[in-house]
Amino acid sequence: MIMNNKRITLFAGHYGSGKTNISVNYALRLKEKHENVVVADLDIVNPYFRSKDSESFLEERGIHLISSEYANSNVDVPAMPSEAYAIIDNKQTVAVIDVGGDDRGALAMGRYAPAILEENNYEMLFVINKYRPLTRDCASTIAVMHEIETACSMKFTGIVNNSNLGDETDEETVMNSLSYAEEVSQASGLPIKMTAVKEDLYDTLKNKVVNCFPIKLYVRQSWAKATLD
Amino acid sequence: MAEKVLMKGNEALAEAAIMAGCRHYFGYPITPQTEIAAYMAKRMPVIGGTFLQAESEVAAINMIYGAAAAGKRAMTSSSSPGIALKSEGISYLAGSDLPALIINVQRGGPGLGGIQPSQSDYFQSTKSAGHGDFKLIVLAPASVQEMVDLTFKGFDLADKYRMPAMLLSDGTMGQMMEPVSLEMGEVKEYDKSSWAACGTKCEREHNVVNSLFIQPEELERYNFERYERYAQIEANEVMYDEYRMEDAEICIVAYGVAARVSQNAIDKAREAGIKVGMIRPITLWPFPKAVLNAAADKVKAFISVELSMGQMIEDVELAIRCKKPVLLCNRVGGMIPTTEDVLGSINKANSLGGDK
Repeated sequence: MIMNNKRITLFAGHYGSGKTNISVNYALRLKEKHENVVVADLDIVNPYFRSKDSESFLEERGIHLISSEYANSNVDVPAMPSEAYAIIDNKQTVAVIDVGGDDRGALAMGRYAPAILEENNYEMLFVINKYRPLTRDCASTIAVMHEIETACSMKFTGIVNNSNLGDETDEETVMNSLSYAEEVSQASGLPIKMTAVKEDLYDTLKNKVVNCFPIKLYVRQSWAKATLD
Repeated sequence: MAEKVLMKGNEALAEAAIMAGCRHYFGYPITPQTEIAAYMAKRMPVIGGTFLQAESEVAAINMIYGAAAAGKRAMTSSSSPGIALKSEGISYLAGSDLPALIINVQRGGPGLGGIQPSQSDYFQSTKSAGHGDFKLIVLAPASVQEMVDLTFKGFDLADKYRMPAMLLSDGTMGQMMEPVSLEMGEVKEYDKSSWAACGTKCEREHNVVNSLFIQPEELERYNFERYERYAQIEANEVMYDEYRMEDAEICIVAYGVAARVSQNAIDKAREAGIKVGMIRPITLWPFPKAVLNAAADKVKAFISVELSMGQMIEDVELAIRCKKPVLLCNRVGGMIPTTEDVLGSINKANSLGGDK
């Protein structure tokens, strides 16, 4: 069961694990069932490449994006959007929260933790990628997990295996990550809620991988695709 | 094939520095390069190295001086205004013939400018990284893999020629993620015993590391000697990449992120039948003068694509002896030229008459 029925879904993890893209894709799936879907970009770590890049794309699809007014601007003000409290207060919304990377990013999330815990209608998913050097094995991944949980005063409820090598991701990349994700799941006691795969790999992998979640890469710049010899 | 990992440019270069034997990192935070310091803070204690967040950029560059004087591979990193603060120390490194690697992940300027990517420190890095007569080896990566490869190369060249080298990156390269291979091969060790101040054990004369010379004749001699070394570098260490230049009538010159956008624009223009190619400098100093000058005899125009108000364009014009027109295609302030911006300039260059 990939889609949960909780009101708030939080994605957190090591920075560069793919939280933002998962958040955008997940929100689009939620929109198929729910009228009032909101994405909150609570990233205070990354200066560029954030949910804000997809703002017009999301708004066109009826998904409201909450982000800092300084995101993608020329100033370095790691501020939280004031509108973020609306997610907590407005129980009519179905919300996706894109938490900043690592414990530093998760720390800022902590201020919303008491209200989220009190309402107790959330999933907090740990996004992992075995091809990121600082989370390449189970032990280092679990260490990052504990750092994040300590920083934001909340516990994860599941795992998203988003192991990928960017544009070079192929079937083998995903298949080679399954035992790693399983090991992290065993060590943490958390279920693997989904394994995210690029859309073009979905057909080949959907019968081989449990809870396979097809994702599109929505954040693309003019320079991103060039491959230099 | 080597095992690949997915890394952010800043992290990748930090790991490459460690693999190149750098165990001394001194820095001060500034966006968009802070991940380098964050990565070093995590890794250095694990591998027995030193990570130190200095009290300022000035302090950090002088700590580099100390580590380099002791014969150790040392690195510092910053972004545009932070590099300006380091400039005095960079000059001292050059004046004392000390190898070190300095990373500049450029952001918008002048002044405090902004945190979005830029290439407006071309002059600063290639012409005036500090006071006095000296040069830096300046390397310009255009992919996360090159962030790795050129970090490795930078340390090697710095040791080989006993001078500071700079990796001139920009915010895009620092922040973007791509798969990379970290297989770097052997680190070449250089004998530093003739100059490094690492303890005499009372068995030899002191080595003196210094940029102050009491007698003008002596200071002049050091300057002349240094420029002989620079001439060797210009003769032997130029690096560039050519893209679709075989039959090109228009030559784009671009480095870093500007080269990536240009490559996409070239492919599109070629579909429309316009013969355009690119010479991408990988070393900004030494600048690939010879290949550009040779290209000037074949193409009808050049386009310098830059995230600056037109800095590298001056070196292009000098390199080709102003034989052909050079157009400027630029965005600044943290903006990146789009494929359409570059295509517009290609069309403009294509409409120019003149002999081929």
